Amino acid sequence: MLTLTCPCCGVTAEETELAPGGEAHLKRFGPGASEAEFEAYMFARANTKGVVFERWRHAYGCGKWFLAARSSVTLEVFGTYPAQTSAPPADLIAAIKARVPGWEGYP
Amino acid sequence: MKRYSVFAVAREAMNWHTGWERAWRSPEPRRRYDVIVVGAGGHGLATAYYLGRNFGITNVAVVEKGWLGGGNTGRNTTIIRSNYLQDPSAALYEKARSLYEGLSQDLNYNVMFSPRGLLMLAQTEHEVRGYKRTVNANLLQGVETRWIGPGEVKALVPIINIDGPRYPILGALYQERGGTARHDAVAWGYARACSAMGMDILQNCEVTAVRQANGAVQGIDTSKGPIDCGKLAIVVAGHSSVLAEMAGFRLPIESMALQALVSEPIKPCIDVVVMANTVHGYISQSDKGELVIGGGTDGFVNYTQRGSWQHIEETVRALIETFPVISRLKMLRQWGGIVDMTGDRSPILSKTPLGNCFVNCGWGTGGFKAIPGSGWAMAELVAKGEPGPLAADFGLDRFREGRFIDESVAAGVAH
Ligand SMILES: Cc1cc2nc3c(=O)[nH]c(=O)nc-3n(C[C@H](O)[C@H](O)[C@H](O)COP(=O)(O)OP(=O)(O)OC[C@H]3O[C@@H](n4cnc5c(N)ncnc54)[C@H](O)[C@@H]3O)c2cc1C
Ligand SMILES: [Zn+2]
Repeated sequence: MLTLTCPCCGVTAEETELAPGGEAHLKRFGPGASEAEFEAYMFARANTKGVVFERWRHAYGCGKWFLAARSSVTLEVFGTYPAQTSAPPADLIAAIKARVPGWEGYP
Repeated sequence: MKRYSVFAVAREAMNWHTGWERAWRSPEPRRRYDVIVVGAGGHGLATAYYLGRNFGITNVAVVEKGWLGGGNTGRNTTIIRSNYLQDPSAALYEKARSLYEGLSQDLNYNVMFSPRGLLMLAQTEHEVRGYKRTVNANLLQGVETRWIGPGEVKALVPIINIDGPRYPILGALYQERGGTARHDAVAWGYARACSAMGMDILQNCEVTAVRQANGAVQGIDTSKGPIDCGKLAIVVAGHSSVLAEMAGFRLPIESMALQALVSEPIKPCIDVVVMANTVHGYISQSDKGELVIGGGTDGFVNYTQRGSWQHIEETVRALIETFPVISRLKMLRQWGGIVDMTGDRSPILSKTPLGNCFVNCGWGTGGFKAIPGSGWAMAELVAKGEPGPLAADFGLDRFREGRFIDESVAAGVAH
């Protein structure tokens, strides 16, 4: 069973205590955005086979949103970090690169 | 190809059954094909088959990274129905269901289509209203379904508990011509027919890159070397985003694990398919006597073909509540498949940013039932370069235009 550590309250929670929230770091465009940009924000997903960054909510715990880096191939969790970040932190990127040789990095 | 028939069985029996030929050839890749279909699941094979049968296009390869039918096609619980809510879905799924009726004859291969009847239980007032609405929609669409009350449900499914403590059975949406088919046989039957038309099914041949120039696909790179093509059809279910990335575009798809399980074989006890969407479980009995059971999908991206444990528990719990008689059954096997989920829970049959490249995906948890209709519509799209009436509403442009074919509200679990 997937276990993630909530960076908000520090609890290590099992999957049943958490609610998945889809791809992280999606860029929401403003009112002047093109249709293509808005479509990409709404629907187009990386859905990567490999390292994924995603949103989770500690639904049956502190209730807060946070972000996680995970492998969709091995289900290994690389780390979790606060939702108030617009890109994965550098130390997490370094840790993933050490674990996953050949990974191209966060775009 | 030697035809299968009662005479063939008799003839081969004379030779102690040593004379049967292989159902399909295992050729080496040619340098170029008019059409390459990526993915030898049911949808890819059916696409190839109807390209030959309906359009005479037979210089075709179906490229498969594993073995044919080894993806979701060989992992699903084989429910066939067409009682969808929206008109485009009803048209496509009913086309498929009606093709299933004659598929064994068409392919000269017994796909064991068993229109044993299918019940979608209503266990809340909301579902009662929803399914009555679906019955009315189906009437207008020419799809034969009807609403039945709890008494008739009990008569059809004697082992059901209609006054369960949490969710008593208030009635059901009944499609008498829904049912099941043998999943492997569907893949094998199409594969054999494709091979007989001269098409190459290339197994253990993984596509690793899509080569392109000037907005068109030129060919693919595979683990068996490069192959050129005139047109490319990507039909890889849970791996659609991976192939799309190779081709340079993104899809509105998330790949998630869906699981199923079967019990030890027991004597016949249920001769219809029952789906209980509120409690998330569904059940039918295979010809071998096993109860075939499925439930809900995980909620996160996963390519492991392994689902979360709690879903098995939830599914089994839901079914024991509905069928207390099975509570002591042992479960024999459990497995997972990676399903390709779209936001509106409807498939994608579409052109792509590359002129000669087409995608068929997004069948998610419920594409087995659609295989013949999907192949039929996809073959037309690939052959003509434009969708026909069956595929027209299922293009990728529907997301940009907000023209969803929303089946997610119609059924929480849609198999
Ligand atoms: C547990 C479970 C239960 C289900 N129950 C039902 C049900 O009761 N009724 C129903 O209608 N539907 C059901 N479904 C859904 C149904 O199984 C699928 O929608 C359908 O089988 C999809 O068929 P396909 O041909 O698109 O995909 P698949 O059968 O998955 O075929 C895709 C193929 O593409 C190949 N591939 C992937 N990447 C590459 C590559 N790079 N190169 C070459 N080949 C590649 C894969 O190996 C695979 O064989 C269920 C699914 C699951 C997992
Ligand atoms: Zn928390």
